[in-house]
Amino acid sequence: MTADPHANRISPLAGFAGVSDARLDVREIPFLRQTNVRADPARLLPAWADRLPLAPGTWRRSGETDILYLGPDEWLAIGDLTPVPAEPRADTARRVGQDDVILTDVSAQRTIARVAGPGARDLLAHGCALDLHPSVFGPGRCAQTMLARAQVILMARERDEFWILVRASFARYLAAWIADAAVDY
Amino acid sequence: MLLIPCPWCGPRDEAEFHYGGQAHVAYPADPAALTDEEWARYLFFRDNPMGPFSERWNHTSGCRRWFTVTRDTTTNAITPETSR
Repeated sequence: MTADPHANRISPLAGFAGVSDARLDVREIPFLRQTNVRADPARLLPAWADRLPLAPGTWRRSGETDILYLGPDEWLAIGDLTPVPAEPRADTARRVGQDDVILTDVSAQRTIARVAGPGARDLLAHGCALDLHPSVFGPGRCAQTMLARAQVILMARERDEFWILVRASFARYLAAWIADAAVDY
Repeated sequence: MLLIPCPWCGPRDEAEFHYGGQAHVAYPADPAALTDEEWARYLFFRDNPMGPFSERWNHTSGCRRWFTVTRDTTTNAITPETSR
């Protein structure tokens, strides 16, 4: 018997009904692949330098993948990351060098809540100390911060749409907070 | 609440950070050669100035990187320090 390995998986917010009205739309985007990318930005191979955002606090779309710049030597790719072909390596025992790119699958670490609509910024501002004005945190920006005391990655997308990447264990708490805060809208 | 300038993320609330104590405390070159008193001084004794104080902070809720700032202990005015 060949069982689909994905048939029985349950997303962290499977029980979250979401919010949907004229000013606000909140729902989970489950099961997107997430890959942590560690590399020295000064030693990137051209194939990588073309794909990774290199300005702090920004993300960019690269093919089918959104890549967020998290820290000086750390990125997070959302979506299937097609690997850059690596040089064949004769010495498999070689230690990780400074020009290597290290990929770690962290898909299960966080789930994504999509918050969209004209009320999205006001909703997030209830629990987030960052300035979310479009002139400061417009499309293409991302930040790691606290939302309602939970650590999240905020990602500003087109037209008042935000993706909130929240740790799986905090997801239900944050969803409950969002549902409560959304009563105002 | 302090507003701490993370070199990577920009100014953020103090609640996002973890305090790391005095900066520029060098590990002894030859720890085995220290007397117990010298070792205890290295481990536990820190400056407690009234005025500028170099200290380590970790942006735990953000980029998770350590950095050093100078904080004036009388005014809490924080200025960035370039060394990491």
